[in-house]
Amino acid sequence: MIENLLPNVDWEKMWEATLETLYMTAMATGLTFIIGLALGILLFLTSPHQLWANKIVYWLTGAFVNIFRSIPFIILIILLIPFTKFLLDTIRGANAALPALIIGAAPFYARMVLIALREIDKGVIEAARSMGAKTSTIIWKVLLPESLPALLSGLTVTAIALVGYTAMAGIIGAGGLGNLAFLDGFQRSREDVTIVSTILILLIVFVIQWVGDAITTKADKR
Amino acid sequence: MIQLQNLSKRFDTANGQLIAVDNVNVTVDTGEIFGIIGYSGAGKSTLIRLLNGLEKPTAGSVTVNGQEISSSSGQALRSARQKVSMIFQHFNLLWSRTVEENISFPLEIAGISKTKRAERVKELIELVGLTGREKAYPSQLSGGQKQRVGIARALANNPEVLLCDEATSALDPETTDAILELLVDINKRLGLTIVLITHEMHVIRKICHRVAVMEAGKVVEMGSVLQIFQTPEQPITKRFVAQVNGPESASQTIAHLVEQYPTGKLVKLVFVGDRTEQPILSRLIKQYQVEVNIVQGNIAQTQNGAYGTLYLQIDGDSIAIDQAIDYLHGQEVQTEVISND
Repeated sequence: MIENLLPNVDWEKMWEATLETLYMTAMATGLTFIIGLALGILLFLTSPHQLWANKIVYWLTGAFVNIFRSIPFIILIILLIPFTKFLLDTIRGANAALPALIIGAAPFYARMVLIALREIDKGVIEAARSMGAKTSTIIWKVLLPESLPALLSGLTVTAIALVGYTAMAGIIGAGGLGNLAFLDGFQRSREDVTIVSTILILLIVFVIQWVGDAITTKADKR
Repeated sequence: MIQLQNLSKRFDTANGQLIAVDNVNVTVDTGEIFGIIGYSGAGKSTLIRLLNGLEKPTAGSVTVNGQEISSSSGQALRSARQKVSMIFQHFNLLWSRTVEENISFPLEIAGISKTKRAERVKELIELVGLTGREKAYPSQLSGGQKQRVGIARALANNPEVLLCDEATSALDPETTDAILELLVDINKRLGLTIVLITHEMHVIRKICHRVAVMEAGKVVEMGSVLQIFQTPEQPITKRFVAQVNGPESASQTIAHLVEQYPTGKLVKLVFVGDRTEQPILSRLIKQYQVEVNIVQGNIAQTQNGAYGTLYLQIDGDSIAIDQAIDYLHGQEVQTEVISND
């Protein structure tokens, strides 16, 4: 029955591609979280009237974030080919997609981190300072816990954007469902492969959204 | 305990320089509850933030318990802050932490071990009357309860000074009274020096020993609360005193009273401190053949005693009235005859 409806779908290949997409999304989301968070915190602390207020660092970080956030992802991948080659000695495979995925997504997430941190009540930071807290204590015990719901919902949005990025990365040879849909589906006119790949990508997106929303709600004690 | 010398703070704003605190000299004694009152924009918020180094002065110095806060920085300033804690108008609790975790926060900052933290948190929760609410999040508490958490948190590291930044301004009158009572209780029990800023004169009346009145960055009047209430000198001080006493409405009714009580004499008595406790009135009635009619009055309690105003109509034989008024003049009660027949 399924064979008749989807004559060209090789389920083993489909499963492999799904795992590759999941792998790329998970790795990229994890590293984007760390790098984006660090950039976002740096932006926040160096912005005017904050603990490390510093015009030069704030401007440089802001410029870096804005530039990489603005380059269309498909162009960013191409621009980063020499960098990836230098870093990993190859431009093929799931790992080769990671530098571009992270450099594309981390600035995007950094902006969301900045927005999340700005939402924190200034009084709470002042209270922590009045208790004699060090800046590191303020970061770990005030900034991060107090902005956690916004950090998580931002991460959900970023992870979903990354699923889309992995599909684009797939087109230039990174593997995954995007690669399968494009090479096996589109270029060989096998619509069933394209459709099944799309459905799987949608499923991944829905699951990420659902899990992200659930964790965000649980983290919010306001 | 606290010495402010020639203290000034200027801010550079888009519209030029703003002088928030202008050459302030204040000394606060150990164990005292010292109030600073002013309208918003008077510079009192900036002043209180200079006391724990949240703001750095442009000129002058702040010394708390022998340490010059205004020139401290880094670790020295952070340790000093553990002894000069602060509570806030909007409580500033961490919503992500429960009541006990919020109270534990300053102890974590001070590097206290986990078991000792738990012990201390338990003590503090009892002290501020929050037993049973340990696991609640701030969002589940009322305003008064939130401020109790704020107070417990501020007391965690056994501070020497407690700074109150409009601590009751976001609370309803009843809760305000309860929090003020808690502050007085803490002041007496722990011998804590309290500096509070407010725009509400009844807060000053209820709990402060001394008060400074601020206007446009300057301290325009300072003295014991009784003295300020009895003889306010500056127009702004008079306005603040009127918040509690309402003399303007009273003076309107005085004209009324004169009409209403055409016979005898209308006398205004001002009681301050100890005098309030003495039975002046009953002696007056016993010793002189006069009718005494209480027309209007109010007596209020402050931390250094009571003060109040009483309007009497004294009627009867004119010689007896004069004698009665002489008696009152002899009693060290401020006496003023308002109307004559």
